[in-house]
Amino acid sequence: MYRIIRKKELNPTVTQMEIEAPLVAKKAKPGQFIILRVDGDGERIPLTVAGVDREKGTVKIIFQIVGATTRKLNEKREGEYIQDFVGPLGKPTETDGIKKVCIIGGGVGCAIALPVAEEFHRLGARVVSVIGFRNKDLLILEDEFKACSDSLTVMTDDGSYGRHGNVTVPLKEMLDHGEKFDMIITIGPLIMMKFVTLTAKPFGVPVTVSMNPIMIDGTGMCGGCRLTLHRDGQNVTKFACVDGPDFNGYEVDFDEAMSRGRMYTDFERHAYEQTCNLFKQA
Amino acid sequence: MALQQKKHEMPTQAPEVRAHNFDEVALGYTAEIALEEARRCLNCKNRPCVEGCPVNIDIPDFISRIKENDFEGAYGVITKSSSLPAVCGRVCPQETQCESKCTMGVRFEPVGIGRLERFVADYHNENCKKAPQKPQSNGHRVAVIGSGPSGLTCAGDLAKKGYKVTVFEALHTAGGVLVYGIPEFRLPKSIVAKEVDTLKQLGVDVETNVVIGKTLTVDELFDMGYEAIFIGSGAGLPNFMNIPGESLKGVYSANEFLTRSNLMKAYKDSDTPIMKGGSVAVVGGGNVAMDAARTALRLGAEKVYIVYRRSIEELPARAEEVEHAKEEGIEFRLLCNPTEILGYNNENDPRDPKNGFVTGMKCVKMQLGEPDASGRRRPVEIPGSDFTLDVDTVIMAIGTSPNPLIKSTTDGLEVNRRGGIVVNEDGLTSRKGVYAGGDAVTGAATVISAMGAGKVAAAAIDKYLSE
Repeated sequence: MYRIIRKKELNPTVTQMEIEAPLVAKKAKPGQFIILRVDGDGERIPLTVAGVDREKGTVKIIFQIVGATTRKLNEKREGEYIQDFVGPLGKPTETDGIKKVCIIGGGVGCAIALPVAEEFHRLGARVVSVIGFRNKDLLILEDEFKACSDSLTVMTDDGSYGRHGNVTVPLKEMLDHGEKFDMIITIGPLIMMKFVTLTAKPFGVPVTVSMNPIMIDGTGMCGGCRLTLHRDGQNVTKFACVDGPDFNGYEVDFDEAMSRGRMYTDFERHAYEQTCNLFKQA
Repeated sequence: MALQQKKHEMPTQAPEVRAHNFDEVALGYTAEIALEEARRCLNCKNRPCVEGCPVNIDIPDFISRIKENDFEGAYGVITKSSSLPAVCGRVCPQETQCESKCTMGVRFEPVGIGRLERFVADYHNENCKKAPQKPQSNGHRVAVIGSGPSGLTCAGDLAKKGYKVTVFEALHTAGGVLVYGIPEFRLPKSIVAKEVDTLKQLGVDVETNVVIGKTLTVDELFDMGYEAIFIGSGAGLPNFMNIPGESLKGVYSANEFLTRSNLMKAYKDSDTPIMKGGSVAVVGGGNVAMDAARTALRLGAEKVYIVYRRSIEELPARAEEVEHAKEEGIEFRLLCNPTEILGYNNENDPRDPKNGFVTGMKCVKMQLGEPDASGRRRPVEIPGSDFTLDVDTVIMAIGTSPNPLIKSTTDGLEVNRRGGIVVNEDGLTSRKGVYAGGDAVTGAATVISAMGAGKVAAAAIDKYLSE
């Protein structure tokens, strides 16, 4: 059992928790993820590590309440326990040789983008961050991004905060103005990562995307997290849990990944409604 | 009284009933049947059955105890050699091991050794409430990676000798393939839990949620004070066929399908989704394929096919499992090979929710040609024999390749061309004090061969740490 040390609501649908897990805290690096189970009958869900405190032995996770499991997790209070917490899984984000990086986060993906931005900042790289949200109410981690970025642009889809529009707008402007990046790292909804990749393509800047498919064990055993890369005219199957979660954006088949992500939509909606009803009754 | 020539039948649930539930198929011998069956053992002098057992259980001795109505005594004999009798009595391929050597089997059917083993273990689990005696500690610490059959066996053997053993398990429940792979109807999870509890009573610690190679490395285990390490990390990554359509929704590896159903309990009410109903094709002919097919049936599939590219002669699954599957109505499409998985695609509406789901599987018929390297006749395509199976779900049960997590984080650990860990006859790897066994070494094999490897390594570790 793993204790919830701290819990904080970042916005009405996004919660941050610090979990006591010393072994994971000791090892976890930006870009890696954990898998948790809330209770004994729960499903296993992957969440990317949003930060660690090695001295306290805690791991920070940030999650959006989207389904039955995240809803149950959000009902847990400080001092309570979650059943299982395993990691760190996957490969850390590659930082070697990158002197100037553009970090593009979307929605709750910003929670994962933040430790990556912080790591580059710590390593002395120049960090240009763009974070996007649907609207002002969903904005998270602005101050934290400011602290580790040499420049920060906040975008909202409806213009209720920061600049109006998608994250690709400032990216295109910067690239058009001749800004050079060693790497663009983008973390967020698949559709956003796809369009960031398409925007960067004419400029030939490498793009790393962080994939977050459906998975079970997270150690390569089930193959449920597989995705297709188009590499040298060939289709290559990779497992996000052991080969990723970071991949070369130009190789990823986003449309297939989006389709696979919708495999259990009906089931999930049903499970979510049931869970909500349970909490209403309680 | 003349000896009965045939084994006493195993009482089973009727096929039409069991096809719709997850309760155990085989119900086990009663004490009366067990006594009758035990009497068929000739207690012959040369005891060939013992040689046929990968862990060399003293089979004639335990059967003699049954004859004397001393079921606990029989249990004591078995557990001298095996840490998991209730498991082995259920899932061992006795027909190719102990029973294949049985003297009775020369003229008649062999003694039902597996069924008797299961009877004895179940009798003990039901009637004995006494905790096993915790052995005197010898002060040595050993780490075991993986809590599947090889790891549990190795841990059990070492614990009985007084070693302080910690088993590290990546998943949230101990048991490895016994809990995520083998379905409830063939091996109830309560039985695995009971065997793990017995080990805990012997002093074994089980640490779940620790992925060696990620959470901790082999070298860190040595730093923590473990003097020897056994790697029993199992089979690893599922293979796919690399045919078009394998990323469609509704295509599973057998590992994923079985894990969702077994470990994640999709077979009863849980939050874990799984595709149920419709028509299902399982590709492959091993025990895992049979387990997946029979699980799909129980989850509510209307039609389940086994698609296998060779003939019934070459089916690697146990005869008993194939028989059970057939009785339950699973259709075998032998000498067939999939060439493509077909999916729904509404070109007029990219948002059609049915898009990307499996609608069928294209196959080609095969015939057997010349024997290949494995000695089995190689299947060859019959040109122009393509046909399509209408299915909603496809489950690939065509084996696994070793997991690279431990190899890639352990300097000096030698692996072979296929990625299996290289060991000598004692289970020793290229690293001092590091032993390995089971599927991590051999690739996908049986529970009992993994147990045998765990046993060999435990003996070698004992020798190594006693020197």
